[in-house]
Amino acid sequence: MTTVQDAGKLTTFEDNDQKPVGHGRMLRKEDPRFVRGRGRYTDDVQLPGMLHLAILRSPFAHAKIVSIDTSAAAALPKVKAVVTGADLAAQGLAWMPTLSNDVQAVLATDKVRFQGQEVAFVVAEDRYAARDALELIDVEYEVLDPVIDVRKALAPEAPVIRDDLDGKTNNHCFDWETGDKAATEAVFAAADVVVSQDIVYPRVHPAPMETCGAVADFDPVEGKLKLWSTTQAPHAHRTLYAIVAGIPEHKIQVISPDIGGGFGNKVPIYPGYVCAIVASIVTGKPVKWMEDRSENLISTGFARDYIMRGEIAATRDGKILGIRTDVLADHGAFNGTAAPVKYPAGFFGVFTGSYDIEAAYCSMTAVYTNKAPGGVAYACSFRITEAVYLVERIVDCLAAELGMDPAELRLKNFIKPEQFPYTTKTGWVYDSGDYEPTMRLAMDMAGYADLRKEQAEKRERGELMGIGIAFFTEAVGAGPRKDMDILGLGMADGCELRVHPTGKAVVRLSVQSQGQGHETTFAQIVAEEIGIPPADIDVVHGDTDNTPFGLGTYGSRSTPVSGAAAALVARKVRDKARLIASAMLEVSVADLEWEKGAFQVKGDPGKSVTIQDIAMRAHGAGDLPEGVEGGLEAQICYNPSNLTYPHGAYICVVDIDPGTAVVKVRRFIAVDDCGNRINPMIIEGQVHGGLTDGVGMALMEMISFDEDGNCLGASLMDYLIPTALEVPDWETGFTVTPSPHHPIGAKGVGESATVGSPPAIVNAVVDALAPFGIRHADMPLTPSRVWDAMRGAPQPPI
Amino acid sequence: MQVSMTVNDVEVTEEIEGRTLLVHFLRDHLGLTGTHWGCDTSNCGTCVVWMDGEPVKSCTVLAAMAGGHAVRTVEGLAKGAELDPVQEGFIQCHGLQCGFCTPGMMMTARALLDRNPDPTDTEIREAISGQICRCTGYATIVRSVRWASVKEASVKQASVKQASVEEASEEVTA
Repeated sequence: MTTVQDAGKLTTFEDNDQKPVGHGRMLRKEDPRFVRGRGRYTDDVQLPGMLHLAILRSPFAHAKIVSIDTSAAAALPKVKAVVTGADLAAQGLAWMPTLSNDVQAVLATDKVRFQGQEVAFVVAEDRYAARDALELIDVEYEVLDPVIDVRKALAPEAPVIRDDLDGKTNNHCFDWETGDKAATEAVFAAADVVVSQDIVYPRVHPAPMETCGAVADFDPVEGKLKLWSTTQAPHAHRTLYAIVAGIPEHKIQVISPDIGGGFGNKVPIYPGYVCAIVASIVTGKPVKWMEDRSENLISTGFARDYIMRGEIAATRDGKILGIRTDVLADHGAFNGTAAPVKYPAGFFGVFTGSYDIEAAYCSMTAVYTNKAPGGVAYACSFRITEAVYLVERIVDCLAAELGMDPAELRLKNFIKPEQFPYTTKTGWVYDSGDYEPTMRLAMDMAGYADLRKEQAEKRERGELMGIGIAFFTEAVGAGPRKDMDILGLGMADGCELRVHPTGKAVVRLSVQSQGQGHETTFAQIVAEEIGIPPADIDVVHGDTDNTPFGLGTYGSRSTPVSGAAAALVARKVRDKARLIASAMLEVSVADLEWEKGAFQVKGDPGKSVTIQDIAMRAHGAGDLPEGVEGGLEAQICYNPSNLTYPHGAYICVVDIDPGTAVVKVRRFIAVDDCGNRINPMIIEGQVHGGLTDGVGMALMEMISFDEDGNCLGASLMDYLIPTALEVPDWETGFTVTPSPHHPIGAKGVGESATVGSPPAIVNAVVDALAPFGIRHADMPLTPSRVWDAMRGAPQPPI
Repeated sequence: MQVSMTVNDVEVTEEIEGRTLLVHFLRDHLGLTGTHWGCDTSNCGTCVVWMDGEPVKSCTVLAAMAGGHAVRTVEGLAKGAELDPVQEGFIQCHGLQCGFCTPGMMMTARALLDRNPDPTDTEIREAISGQICRCTGYATIVRSVRWASVKEASVKQASVKQASVEEASEEVTA
């Protein structure tokens, strides 16, 4: 039976109505439609005469296209068009720019460069017929040697993948470095202790439950393209389509409806979207493209794939002096990495983590391989997953070397609260942080000392229990326009607020929710500032005709950038409301004070006007103050002055079955500090989801390839994602260190748990395996890989 | 071929190809788009509906096989304006984010509670283990199902109390 205590706890969830206006736990405005099956996702869109598009994909990782015969496919009843790369090349559309200023083939013309690459497409009356026709396209390939092992990609004998690029004679993509090399070398030369460890962050995939897709509807009379698509950045996509397809931007409407999860997978423009647009233009009908799961895993943006050597220098008593790393980055066949232009390695520069050190240096080489493009995705905050994994693993390696408790080592080296804003040795300016209380809270929640005692006892009995700690500093909210742009578009976000005559309001965002609850939290942000209940505020997003321009939702940037815009636009409206209130109350502006939802005369609270009264007056009859226009609305474009740097302390407890090497995550304690909290319920959900990502990456997930370049993780039969049985009941806590530069002191948080949890889990597994004398084992720590580690031979994944 | 079945208590008859999957029949032919399609290997469970009260993955059932059977989808879960306690539980306990797995999760949860009104957390986790959620980390889904279970138990208790009050008042009147 459910206990009375349990039941009592559950009923507290119904307290929603008693909440004050604004920030706080509030049930989601999105939920009523989703629980009734009335969400509207891309594949739900049905238009009159709509056709279906299916894509033929390469079976080979690397092969010349000798010929393509589409005649049998085109002859199939119900088939309306079959299009190849040659057809697109005739229109100048066979290649498109990527988010990293590289180019990517829309449909292969010369050769295929990864298994699953787009070769041709069919448009037919239904999705089954389109698939039938794919079987009838006859492509003759001349198979080439593929480049699969990134460690061999730069060997002189390696086949050249990108011979489409002028004069390209190798697979080198780019070099990048950060920090001070000479200073770091000096610190390392003088250090008591230097620990070096090779660490691989394997290729994984965000795998949102809804795959990518689009419905393109080109109206030849108006010359207008309407595109429903699974995009996290509808405005940026619109601009890129205008550039690629030559359709004027005001004639393109991108609609991002409900999205079944994004996790960074839905930031890039994929060939399928472009194919759907071309197909609609060619056929004069709406065309739907919806990829299946295998296509999603094999061809859309992967994540990670960093081969890192981490080095840490310290004194014998545990003062960390320097961190150095050398990275080999596998970018696949096209550099499609979604990152600000000046940051080809994203924000990997924050690899110095939460520690006050003397010097740091990173050098990186990125290469092409015969694999799908991507890299930045899966809640990585632009490569911070990799940065945090590196530093938190190498700090644990140092703790092992010194024989120090890993918690103690971290506490000893934290950046102190009085050091903020803190400039790291690689140039990042952390806004605020108070790390020790966050760490102590997590240790208290975990009962850290008791856990260590339990572990010691278990070790005596030969049982394998591990405790892993990760303490991370995130960097989210890209970003300041002087430094950050995506293909020339500054990383700002717009927000527009209109208050209707009856005091209801609509707020329009440039960011795009994929489940993060923006329709609820942005109503709360505006409500907090202007006193209109969140239920009376409609949040509109994902329609480029009807929302202000901005860069979209990824990198946990919604709250830092768009959230700031929402607060400031509400303040702008409130400032205007103050002028109108002064006229209504016949007092000067200086005599008014704001009490959430109303202006009242100082010293005479009985004399007041509500925001609703003011809205009616703004739209109604009667004079307004000199210089005040009618209506009650404002618009803003917010350029952040800095990123926000949320932090967190995670502790993971694992048990490993010594007979089967199966790792069980028994407990996971996550304390997050994202500054001021808009909706604690939603934050908790974001954290839970990210922690589950961590379990997946640390223990289960990997996209690997055989030596011929066949993708071995291309379905959910092989690409394993945690179910309810692989994850524990999460234990979450929080501290609050507001961001000083953010209008409401809020920091992003969506990706923190995905960033912070993998090192905690791996640290726990390695800790459990200490009796076997290993210092490191690479993800994913599947039973077979842990078994190898227990035998002292953990192999890096390929 | 022609196929007939009841979907959410409504008799439907459609002309389909024999190979049509039930998930596409529901979505494309009937416009019931609450049921989703998240994989191609029968792992994810976003397509779970009921066939004669049993949860099935509708991507792994031919529409023709559902002929003559009673199918229920998420659109048939609420009774008019009144949400099923499972739907209410998911809202109250934040058991959903992007909402894509939600219809399938709720159909499984409802079927679980119909058989076992007071499941343990482990039983709930086992029941939904054929379904993947990428957003919630499952804990709030477990809470949501428990919320529904507690709510139903309290409603039942209240109606038993109400019945005994009525009985008693009848006795007094008599």
